Order: sequence, then C-alpha cells, then structure tokens
Amino acid sequence: MRFASRQAPGAEPDMTPMIDIVFQMLAFFMFTINLSTNETDQRVTLPASELAKPPDAPYDHPLTIHLTEKGEYIYAGAALANLAELRSALLREKQIIERYAVEKLEDVTIVIRADEDAQTGLVQEIIQLCQELQFERFALRGKQSEVRTVSQ
Amino acid sequence: MKIRHSEHREQVALQMTPMIDIVFQLMVFFVFTFKITLPEGDFNVRMPAESGVAAVPSETPLLKVRLRADEHRNLAGLELGDVQITGTNPFFELQSKIRGMADDSAGPGSVDQEVEIESDYNLKYRYVMNAMTAITGYIDPATGERHKLIEKVRFAPLSARRE
Repeated sequence: MRFASRQAPGAEPDMTPMIDIVFQMLAFFMFTINLSTNETDQRVTLPASELAKPPDAPYDHPLTIHLTEKGEYIYAGAALANLAELRSALLREKQIIERYAVEKLEDVTIVIRADEDAQTGLVQEIIQLCQELQFERFALRGKQSEVRTVSQ
Repeated sequence: MKIRHSEHREQVALQMTPMIDIVFQLMVFFVFTFKITLPEGDFNVRMPAESGVAAVPSETPLLKVRLRADEHRNLAGLELGDVQITGTNPFFELQSKIRGMADDSAGPGSVDQEVEIESDYNLKYRYVMNAMTAITGYIDPATGERHKLIEKVRFAPLSARRE
C-alpha cells in the first residue's frame, strides 16, 4: 500500500516571537557586557567599604597583587607561596618597565586586592617590598557596599 | 477610468535564515562573555619609600591610629594618638573624633593632616579597611553626599614581626 507523501506546502513556523525574544536577550547581554579588564580572583573576598570608589580614570600601568586568606600571593595569574617569589616577579616587572615602558616607576599603581581575613602584616609586607623596589602609588581595593561599615 | 486593484499581492518572503544565524552567533558570544562582577573601589595611597628623615617636616603633627588584635585576630583595641577609643562601634567614634579634629569647613580637600596607621601583624585586614574608611571620609546620612576627611594615610613601618 502506498501512502501519498504529504508535502505541507509552505507550512513555515512563525518565527516572530522567537526573534523577539532573541533580540531582547541580545540587547540585554550587549548592555551588561563589562569590557573593563578588571583583574578579579575568586579566591579573594574583598573587605567591604562604602567609600571605596572606582578610579575616575583607568590607571596608566596597574599591577595587581592578590593576597588570599591563607596568605598566598597571586601575581599575574600565578600563585606564589612566599614573599621572595613575589619579590623576584616584581623585580622582573620593574626591569621591564625601566627598560621598555615610557612610564616612570612612580606612575605605576600597585593594586592590592587582599582578602578581608588576611593578615594585615602581610599587606604591609607587600607595601614595604614595593617601596623597596621604588613603587609609590598603591590602591587598596575593597568592594563597594551599600551598607555603612562605619556608622552607628 | 477604472483602476484595477491588484488584489494579487505577492508575498515577499524575507530570508530570515542568515539573520537568525548571525543573531544567534552574537548571542552566544555575549552569553559566554557575560561575567557578573561586583563593583569594586580603591583607596589610593601614596607611600614613597622613606629616605631616612622626612624631607619636609609637616606643620601639622602626624596623627597615629593604632589597631590592636586579640588572639582570634579580631579588633581588641583602637587608639587615636594616646586616646583609647572604646564603645560598641569604635570606628564610628574614631570618625567622629577625626571629624572634630579635621576642620573641613574651608571646603573639601582643605585638610592637610596626615594619618599613620599602625596595626598588629595578625589583625584581620577588614579592620584596617574600616579604619581607612573612617579616616578618609564619611557619607552624610541625610543627603547621601560623600565628604572627604583626611586623604593622606600611610602605614607605619613594620616593626613587630610575626610571633
């Protein structure tokens, strides 16, 4: 027995609602895209502060150092166990800046992203180390908070 | 004269396929580059390495804020100069004292005072951030405006090593 092959003549699905939704989503993702090259790291929970404000202009030459709760340093994506390793990494960076970059060392901003439970002494050691290497500008990073951290 | 209506309107089928292809490509790109980042901010501190003696002696004396830690690395005590700050919210007290001290009536940024933060090695970093917040400024609760207090903050040189 033969069935007549049923050819639906031009039975196209209605694309309009789908395209509507897809355009909505596209617009949403386009507007929420964050192109800033903020160096973030999930291993660090920043301390909150209502006064921490994003810089008015991006730093000319930021160097980001992360400090985890356990006292581990993260610099340029690599986890460093101790201060000596951080020192050699920063020294290399310094030499590169001095040799090739137009910026002076004073214009380099050291961004310190330290965990809220990290030891303060370790943060100070990072600062001291950077000072020894003639870096001057520091930015202590905190997460912006709507809740007042200093209030009654 | 009779104009003949062309009832015979031709269905112009728009070619949707290439557009949908591109739109999907774009959407996949944006979906994958989507990253939720919490807003972050900085406290900018300028701390050049000290070359022996301070080159220019400041007219105003250096204010010292001292933070002490207890055995759980929490805040045990807060001092401004020689004054012990107590209370349930020591950082608010600190801020009030600094507001009383730093006369910013001449306009924001008019305060030429410097603060040195000295902290115990083991103290949790969040307390230092709180102190920084208390020292550098405040937000007016009525207007929500941001007021600056003392901008020049630096850390005391590390003296106490880890015990």
